[in-house]
Amino acid sequence: MWARAVKLGLRSWVGWRRGFTSKADPQRSGRVTAEVIEHLERLALVDFGSQEAVARLEKAIAFADRLRAVDTDGVEPMESVLEDRCLYLRSDNVVEGNCAEELLQNAHRVVEEYFVAPPGMCSPKWLNRLSLSELRI
Amino acid sequence: MAALMLRWSCLGKRWVLACIDGGSRHGRGAAIGLTSRRKRGQSSVAQQPLIAVQKSRKGEREWAAVVGLEIHAQISSNSKLFSGSQVHFAAPPNSLVSFFDASLPGTLPVLNRRCVEAAVMTGLALNCRINKKSLFDRKHYFYADLPAGYQITQQRLPIAVNGCLAYSVSVGKKPSQVSTRTVRIKQIQLEQDSGKSLHDEPRSQTLIDLNRAGVGLLEVVLEPDMSCGEEAASAVRELQLILQALGTSQANMAEGQLRVDANISVHHPGEPLGVRTEVKNLNSARFLAKAIDFEIKRQIHELENGRKILNETRSFDDKLGCTMPMRDKEGKQDYRFMPEPNLPPLLLYDTASLPPGADPQQVINIDWIRERLPELPGKTREKLIQQYGMLPEHSFTLLNEVGLLEFFQNVIKETRAEPKKVTSWVLNIFLGFLKQQNLAVNESPVTPSALAELLNLLDRKAISSSAARQVFEELWRSKGKTPSQIVSEKKLELMQDQEALERVCHTVMEGHPQVVMDMKRGNPRAINKLIGLVRKATLSRADPTVIKEILERKLSS
Repeated sequence: MWARAVKLGLRSWVGWRRGFTSKADPQRSGRVTAEVIEHLERLALVDFGSQEAVARLEKAIAFADRLRAVDTDGVEPMESVLEDRCLYLRSDNVVEGNCAEELLQNAHRVVEEYFVAPPGMCSPKWLNRLSLSELRI
Repeated sequence: MAALMLRWSCLGKRWVLACIDGGSRHGRGAAIGLTSRRKRGQSSVAQQPLIAVQKSRKGEREWAAVVGLEIHAQISSNSKLFSGSQVHFAAPPNSLVSFFDASLPGTLPVLNRRCVEAAVMTGLALNCRINKKSLFDRKHYFYADLPAGYQITQQRLPIAVNGCLAYSVSVGKKPSQVSTRTVRIKQIQLEQDSGKSLHDEPRSQTLIDLNRAGVGLLEVVLEPDMSCGEEAASAVRELQLILQALGTSQANMAEGQLRVDANISVHHPGEPLGVRTEVKNLNSARFLAKAIDFEIKRQIHELENGRKILNETRSFDDKLGCTMPMRDKEGKQDYRFMPEPNLPPLLLYDTASLPPGADPQQVINIDWIRERLPELPGKTREKLIQQYGMLPEHSFTLLNEVGLLEFFQNVIKETRAEPKKVTSWVLNIFLGFLKQQNLAVNESPVTPSALAELLNLLDRKAISSSAARQVFEELWRSKGKTPSQIVSEKKLELMQDQEALERVCHTVMEGHPQVVMDMKRGNPRAINKLIGLVRKATLSRADPTVIKEILERKLSS
């Protein structure tokens, strides 16, 4: 079951890579297309504002690609360093909570005892609208 | 695989689905508007269901609908799935939230034992294979009520797989015409619930309450083996009863403890399956069937007019009675599943594999749980049928109505009357009154003791059947009076004095010689007229069968 899941994962990852290398400029392999950038920006709410950022991404992917030099045939993949650990089971008692005031202190805006968020889906447009101070960077 | 009977009829140019309606057995849940969410469930495995569809009269090509369900049931536990904050329905906003639930950095998930037990119990009750090793994953998407930006779920290897659920649907106009269907269960997985968002349109903001964030959910995925709204609703109802019998979830749709998403597509039998749409957040038993049937009709209509079905997510507007595309739909979601790095695999054991000397608090034994499973609704119905000789459809009604079974059993305990009599009174008269005034069993003005006493009077022949009904009506209207009180107040007791009755019969016969002659000639209606006259004379306090017997005896003498 693991092996199959990983194979599927690998296949889709390989397909993804193959996907954009095939759209690549034959002169420069490993280019990341604008479509992929848009998709990533939406999914991860990151801002690939500049060509420099895209270039850095391509370099990072090329760096990780070196993993393929390792022969992993017949080796079961490890998904977590915790795979041999015991999963601790907690008994069903109420021991936390009741700290609304403390938690709400972290919020930029609060209405009565609710956190306030902008309406609708989180999108890069919205993210870019916020100033750096609002993001607490 | 169950065969299905769908009757499609054509009204003019419009297809009308006539999936026989078994009547409103569903509770009176009110639809609470949980806000639209962009959560797209897992894709159900597409299989070819065996469906027999009758041809329409006009000979046009028939359609078959395919319905799969993803049901989220809130686990009934004291604390949340991965944190120790309380699980409670109504509480001040953000008061039941721990640092982990608010996704503050540095917090880690700690699995709640009770939630795992609940998942195993549910898996066993639904005939699933329990995976001795299951894994947790992260499902990423951004929404304000999901503070971490991901939901911890079990996508790769869930805790239980490959089960089945049996349910019952009406297949005819008569209540006795019921058929048992089964739907396969693809998997059951443990996952976190998200918080609640309240949209404040005028001020262009959303208010977030994280009390519900992190509560344990059981997601039960039903394969697309169903073909109409009624089947889906019946399957959900049966699942509700099972969860409630197990105690793993209160499964109250009105309180949001049970939420259903439906995947619906239509196709011509024999052809490949059509494009499916997902109808989300069906939170009321009443609207579940309506929404699914509407969507089936809509898809058929679109396809017949040459348009295509979009693979989209829709929600049901109960006021308008139709499904609409959800806002904020931005194309396919990519959840970027990854293993949850903070949780090792969940290992379960059975008696054979239990490690010796293990801390009992830290291990879960599937066999131990199986031995202690409570009685499931199917078994309860079987016992009712065997013990009280009732018809299967009666057992279904008793279990379907909240609190009715308990009421019934309390009456049985206190009465000497025959179980069949009790069944008939509870299911016909008592339930009839409840439905007429739209009351739940626990709002009934008549207590089980009162009904038991009434049935005792009837059983002793202290009152007649019709008198009993009068007493029942009076019991319903005026609280506090006992049946005996009402009987004596309204002088409804049956005449016990045989001699007095004979005298009345004699008097009536003497007073109506013409009718007596008709009787002698063999006119069957004549005797009824005499019985009526005697009853009037006795102010309806005589048993008609006894009257008839006396009259016939007098006639022959």
